[in-house]
Amino acid sequence: MFQTLAKVVEKRILTDQIILVTLRSEELTNNVKPGQFVNVRVSETCYPYLRRPFSYCDVERDTFKLMFTIYGQGTKMLANASIGSKFDVIGPLGNGFNLDDDFENAIFVGGGLGIAPFPFFTRVLKNKKNIYTYIGARTKEFVVTYGLQNYKIATDDGSIGFNGNVVELLKNDLDKKFFNGKIKIFGCGPTPMLRALKQLSEEYDLICEVSTEEAMACGFGICQGCPIELSDSSGFKLVCKDGPVFNVKEIKL
Amino acid sequence: MNLKVKIGNLELKNPVLVASGTFGYGIESADFLDLNQLGGIITKSLSLKPRKGNPPKRIAETPAGMLNAIGLANIGVEKFIEEKLPLLTKLNTKIIVNIAASSVEEYVECVRILDKEEIDAFEINVSCPNVKEGGLEFGRSLSKVGEITGKVVASTNKPVIIKLTPNVTFISEFAKVAKEEGATAVSAINTFVGMAVNVFTRKPKLSHITGGLSGPAIRPLALAKVFEIVQNVDIPVIGIGGITNSEDALEFLITGAKAVQIGTHNFVDPSAPIKIIKGIEDYLRNFNFKDVNEVIGSLQLS
Repeated sequence: MFQTLAKVVEKRILTDQIILVTLRSEELTNNVKPGQFVNVRVSETCYPYLRRPFSYCDVERDTFKLMFTIYGQGTKMLANASIGSKFDVIGPLGNGFNLDDDFENAIFVGGGLGIAPFPFFTRVLKNKKNIYTYIGARTKEFVVTYGLQNYKIATDDGSIGFNGNVVELLKNDLDKKFFNGKIKIFGCGPTPMLRALKQLSEEYDLICEVSTEEAMACGFGICQGCPIELSDSSGFKLVCKDGPVFNVKEIKL
Repeated sequence: MNLKVKIGNLELKNPVLVASGTFGYGIESADFLDLNQLGGIITKSLSLKPRKGNPPKRIAETPAGMLNAIGLANIGVEKFIEEKLPLLTKLNTKIIVNIAASSVEEYVECVRILDKEEIDAFEINVSCPNVKEGGLEFGRSLSKVGEITGKVVASTNKPVIIKLTPNVTFISEFAKVAKEEGATAVSAINTFVGMAVNVFTRKPKLSHITGGLSGPAIRPLALAKVFEIVQNVDIPVIGIGGITNSEDALEFLITGAKAVQIGTHNFVDPSAPIKIIKGIEDYLRNFNFKDVNEVIGSLQLS
């Protein structure tokens, strides 16, 4: 873990609401795994006060990208940063996706901005595994395909792709035996989507890891602010330190 | 230049400590700062048995601050001694263990068990706003604070620091009781009870509904509480509340706090305590003080 200043080197507007900011830092780009995250201090003053966590969306040499929706004051400040400005960033944080399992097909399922960790994951797994990406969004305006490959889209209103939710779309392909070889599902998105993925993975007996989200202050385990309940109700783990990636069997969604 | 301060018999190499609940069990922040440079580490509150803590949402951001309802999630005294203390005792800084309990007996039992270990002092949390048993119910009762202090003091020869809640009318009355029952010092303050509502869902932002407000938003309030104690009770005070930089820390020291604790700001800037120690040194140098004790209590009221 490092606390360092990262310099804004590029900004790209992907849709009306979604922005991609590229920052440069050697420390924050060494030995990063897909699914890990950074905690960014967006303001030097006390407003907003807490850092903001973002997945590593992509990592290339000494730069990393953050993809986010301009939602509140914090994301607005980061989106408005000028090229060359610097942010105090802590990272790499958390545990990323686990690549040790035996699988040939990596199935990425992203709901909304839940696709954020998958461009980096795609870069890491390219030419090593078959990658299938399932993108879910409310409407076509919220669909982002940046850095993704071999994707299918589902929208709630049917404005593009499959009319329905992204887990139903994946279920159709599983029913059609669309994939050859062992499958592992990697999910990131809103809790109802992760819950549906948990059910699907149980139904089809598939390994599934999900990246979870919870409000956090520190990002490395000292505030204890981001609990997630264990499946057996024995207690909580911390999203920041024990996660954000968990085997879906381990947690209650 | 001397940065050493004494709180009873407890000598700190400098007046900057890290507050309980904002620094884990003391070693998690080692990537960001040299722990040996700290005046002391106050561990996360421990109870006799492990506590799961409250379900999410446990935290919410508020203007210049945050609300928390962690609910004293901790691994319990036994596991702390086995797993955490061996690493902590290797450090060259003072280790102060914070205890939170649901009954007077539990406070005493925790202290009795830990008293045999290599720790330097106890901080007794009688003021957590986020648990049903103990917590504020104790901290708002003069007789309970007195009883807990007296019994804990009788169970150990180590310094006992009572961490007071600001959620009372006159905090100095509680400091007075702590002193009468033999406490070495008081920590002031713990968090204020606060609340935030999500207007879109019309639900409280915390699952516990209310939580403890901390951060820069409470600093002027905390300072006034420290001032009230210093003016009324002759007991060392450790100042806490929204300290983000050396100037904030100096406000407390000048007002009369013998030391300060950095709390919520550890989440925002984990290297802040070291920057604050350096900032205090710079201040002493710039204003020709040879000893930080010359600054402590130097408030000019006229």
